[in-house]
Amino acid sequence: MAAIRTEGLTKTYGQVRALDGLTLTVEPGTVFGFLGPNGAGKTTTIRLLTGLAKPTGGHAWVAGEEIADGGKVAARIGYLPEEPAFYGWMTPSELLDYIGRLFGLSSQERHSRTKDLLELAGLSRVGKRRIGGFSRGMRQRLGLAQALVNRPEVLFLDEPVSALDPGGRKEVLEMIGQLRGQCSVFMSTHILQDVERVCDTVGIIDQGSLVVEAPQAELLDRYTVPAFELECEEGSEQAFETLLEALRGLDWVTSAVTDPPAGTVARVVVKDLEIAQRELLAQVVRHAAVAGAILRRYQIVTPSLEDIFLRLVGKATEGSPGPSYSAAQYAAAQGEWATEGRHSLRSHAAQDNREGTE
Amino acid sequence: MSFYASLRKEILELVRTHRLLVMAVILVFFGLASPLLAKLMPEIIGFFPGAEDFALLVPTPTISDAFTQYVKNLSLFGPMLAFLMAMGAVAQEKERGTAVLVLVKPLSRAVFLLAKFVALALAFLGCLALAGLAGYYYTVLLFGAPDPFAWLVLNVMLWLYVLVYVALTLLASTIAKSQAAAAGLGIGAIVILGALPTLPGLGKYLPGQLVTWGTTLLTDPSARSWPALGISLGLIAACLVAAWIILDRQEI
Repeated sequence: MAAIRTEGLTKTYGQVRALDGLTLTVEPGTVFGFLGPNGAGKTTTIRLLTGLAKPTGGHAWVAGEEIADGGKVAARIGYLPEEPAFYGWMTPSELLDYIGRLFGLSSQERHSRTKDLLELAGLSRVGKRRIGGFSRGMRQRLGLAQALVNRPEVLFLDEPVSALDPGGRKEVLEMIGQLRGQCSVFMSTHILQDVERVCDTVGIIDQGSLVVEAPQAELLDRYTVPAFELECEEGSEQAFETLLEALRGLDWVTSAVTDPPAGTVARVVVKDLEIAQRELLAQVVRHAAVAGAILRRYQIVTPSLEDIFLRLVGKATEGSPGPSYSAAQYAAAQGEWATEGRHSLRSHAAQDNREGTE
Repeated sequence: MSFYASLRKEILELVRTHRLLVMAVILVFFGLASPLLAKLMPEIIGFFPGAEDFALLVPTPTISDAFTQYVKNLSLFGPMLAFLMAMGAVAQEKERGTAVLVLVKPLSRAVFLLAKFVALALAFLGCLALAGLAGYYYTVLLFGAPDPFAWLVLNVMLWLYVLVYVALTLLASTIAKSQAAAAGLGIGAIVILGALPTLPGLGKYLPGQLVTWGTTLLTDPSARSWPALGISLGLIAACLVAAWIILDRQEI
């Protein structure tokens, strides 16, 4: 049974289609990163799945219960809003005890759960202090603790670290990482490094529609560019060019050029990655020795999640600052990105979804 | 289960935020001061320069004056406190985001609202009981013992009268998205409720009649105003049900 399953989930606010037929599946026990730019529909999705808002169309199941049956779902989920608000007059212990009471936990269970969660959140020493005086990081950790009181099967985290400083982010992400295997985590964010750090599976949403959904490793593989990067020491650019010239003569090499021209970094795009992985290094070493080029670096180009994200949501083509290997570079490298539109990518995503729901 | 958890939280909140204390101090003060003011009214008037002769015209205060003063004060400050206490009850939770935190838990919106109403009802019950005891004690000291049953009924009527305002303000607080909007709506509802008795023949059916009924009991033990009681209870129920339906449809 999937932890979360949605079928054509739609939400409109007047003329605005905040969510446009979202279909996705989240497997149990995974940390699912729900990525998207601001206004993409991430929070709307979470609000629908947690019962805070009602869908205009479609269906969704959380922990096997249809979201229309709010009461049953509420008992099995945890939720941390983007900016969790608390009763300032309460202490963390009182808050966790109150939440425990709402879930109908016994006095003994509430006591032990409160103790454990305060410890997990690193708030044991301030358990009797008023929440009103807490810092943002402390509030976020308390928010995560309150979401775990009932040992939820599915935990929804809406931008859990976007408002935190690097220290706070690290702490909260570590807490989330510790939940792997204990419950399914559905985490919305627009911070890609956080997803790369803690999520197994990634869903990318843009303008209310799912663009792609896949395990992170598979996604990185899927968008791997058949290219390598070579870097030479400064001063050996001429010998480096000779080396590249030799590589361009190989059948399975598409191009081997420096960027900028006559620079120290070159990209070698190949037709067959498997052959290249087997033979390129030997060829590089051989021709470098012949040409007298002093090499500094040889590596396969690995796209980051950020590259994939920017490509899928079309930002790179809109001129926004790109990452180290931008989507535009991939386009140049593969020669097909420029012609492949978002529709075909969506078809790809739709195919993924069908596979996920079958 | 979630009702008691919620009710407990609401009562704790009233205590910790000192709202219960403020409520108790104001009501007990007016409970104590009302018979005293009634008793000392001729003297107070006499203190003003040039009003000495006028003071002589003021009839000797009776237990009925103590009753009237008590009812006047508590029927003014009770609803005012009800408005202030209930104004932000729902709107503030929606505005600050605490409603989101609890409404995704197994806590129905009906229970969320009901707990707030019951907590305020209990708080007013306790505070009015204290005010009633204080008022009764001073009335006995200054005028002699009034009929305890009439006094009890008067205070129960005052409590129900205040609860009408609690329910109305809770409804306003549910409809509104912010505390300020809730205050505006609440004031509007209170003004309308206050103006309705001026329409001929309508006053005897409205919540204000409950207070009149309680006051009249001292001189006329057979006085009854069942329609006003029924309408007040109906109004409370209608406000709560309306608030529930509205909150249930709202996207928090």
